[in-house]
Amino acid sequence: MSLVQQLPALQVAVPLLTAPLVILLRGPALAWAAASAASAMAFAIAIALTATVLSQGAISYDMGGWPAPYGITLNIDALSALVLLLVTGASAVTLLCGRASLGQAMDPGRQHLFFAAWLIVLAGLSGIAITGDAFNVFVFMEISSLATYVLIAAGSDRRALTATFKYLIMGTIGATFYLIGVGLVYMMTGTLNFADMEVRIADVTDHRPILVAAGFITVGLALKAAVFPLHIWLPGAYTYAPHMVTAFLAACSTKVAIYILLRFDFLVFQGNFDVHAVRFVTFLAPLALLGILVGSAVAMVQGHLKRLLAFSSVAQVGYILLGASFASAAGLTASIAHMFNHALAKGALFLAVAAIATRVAGLRLDDIAGIARRMPFTAAAMALAGASLVGIPGTAGFVSKWLLLQAAFEQGAFGIMSAVVVVASSLAAVYYVWRIVEAMYFGTPASGETATADSAVAEAPWPLLAGLWLVALSNIYFGLVPSLPITLSETAAIELLRNMP
Amino acid sequence: MELLGLYNYWVFAVLLMVGFYAVIARPNMIKKLLGLSIFQAAVFLLYITMDKVEGGTAPIIQKGVVDAIYSNPLPQVLILTAIVVGISTTALGLALVVRIYEAYGTIEEDETQQLDMQQSDSHK
Repeated sequence: MSLVQQLPALQVAVPLLTAPLVILLRGPALAWAAASAASAMAFAIAIALTATVLSQGAISYDMGGWPAPYGITLNIDALSALVLLLVTGASAVTLLCGRASLGQAMDPGRQHLFFAAWLIVLAGLSGIAITGDAFNVFVFMEISSLATYVLIAAGSDRRALTATFKYLIMGTIGATFYLIGVGLVYMMTGTLNFADMEVRIADVTDHRPILVAAGFITVGLALKAAVFPLHIWLPGAYTYAPHMVTAFLAACSTKVAIYILLRFDFLVFQGNFDVHAVRFVTFLAPLALLGILVGSAVAMVQGHLKRLLAFSSVAQVGYILLGASFASAAGLTASIAHMFNHALAKGALFLAVAAIATRVAGLRLDDIAGIARRMPFTAAAMALAGASLVGIPGTAGFVSKWLLLQAAFEQGAFGIMSAVVVVASSLAAVYYVWRIVEAMYFGTPASGETATADSAVAEAPWPLLAGLWLVALSNIYFGLVPSLPITLSETAAIELLRNMP
Repeated sequence: MELLGLYNYWVFAVLLMVGFYAVIARPNMIKKLLGLSIFQAAVFLLYITMDKVEGGTAPIIQKGVVDAIYSNPLPQVLILTAIVVGISTTALGLALVVRIYEAYGTIEEDETQQLDMQQSDSHK
């Protein structure tokens, strides 16, 4: 067997096995180099897998050579390929470029531990995207969550600790709910394999345990995905985590939970309950709409840059779920494309925050007043990413919001209402992005700052700036040439809807 | 099935709620973690209960024994993994509580929240 056939296993194995190696290397520079190399390799593997999926269709890989229902199968279809690209891409870019941002926050003697935890998060998140086994998802989810808690607690502010504690409690409850749900499904079907479950639930006569399982799994994953009103762990965790961690997590961690949610609800449960789609929609659509409204409204009044962007993430999770809750091909395409595009926009914004933080002490809007004069490239990239978040035509954010609106208009009265909410929230986004832009370009630094402070603030370190511009420009690229995310999303939507009547 | 025959499932539900209540209602972080452990232990019980086959014995193949009824070993293996996860979570949580105590001088959640609010007020 050639190495190429083993790529699905290597996707998880490379970061997972490099993690202990990074601990042994100790030196911060060496540890960073090894972690970046492993992460870049994972990204390359994800690109290779996506190319295979696009040309030959879904890949199935039997772990250790054990055949399907007995062994663990790794499945890569269009949806998991897209999520894999997000996870590994976000990790590679932030890790390669973000080192300067970490240097200030952390003592060099501890950085190798940080990089090891990072790789474990990467392995866990890509494992969730790749595996075809429900219990394996739980294990990977906890692997990535535990390491995520470590990364967030590495923030320099003491509030990072309390934010992590909150996240730990809520994250564990979410994962345990998921575990109960998987247990109930296993009790009734005797299988843990997604594909096998889908077939065997049909033979179950007593549907009540499965129904309870669906409830537990949906709520548990909604907690992990920060669906309103289960989002309260998110703002604190994003705000106080080290900046490069925020950029990485904001780009992909909630999306991985939504990915599993879609997989369970559309593939496993949908074909087996008559009214599942109706229940799914009536449960999630109101939460999605409320999340959009509340997230955007709260973001409008925030004074702290990271907290503002974190609440905007709550609203964006709402968009993704809203598309899914239309339960139509157009809606799911929009939802999945928005996962991709939002990751680009939010990743760029948080990278810009990291760049600013290397030069400025505080991250309140007052602190970044007039920063554009001293950091013109950072400010321009941030404005560009902000435009994509708002959905200005020509940026990636516009493409998926447009798809979402189109999908909404297919849905009758409920669709019109959602379209109104989406437009209102976009206007709110215009407002809060404008507040950032206004502060950067037109604000005057507080009188306390002297001329010496002014001259100390220069452009961000070049690796950070290069990564930032790479992501910001890809927002433009995928806004003008959206074929890759759209093709993947359309294929994924068709795949997810195969059990719909 | 009669109500008492589901004895284990009743215990599962009660333990789950006891743990959940402790997590929600107690401001003390150590007590929250204790509640979380009870909450997880309830799920362990659910898995272990479901693998029991009536009249089944430990799933070990022995010489000379044919047609023995075995309990299902798979949920036990699964829950062993979940127990490890639970221990790691508790350990990490306790380590966090130690650091919170060092940074704040208290492990009561309402008090740390108050201190946080004072801190953000003074920043303004």
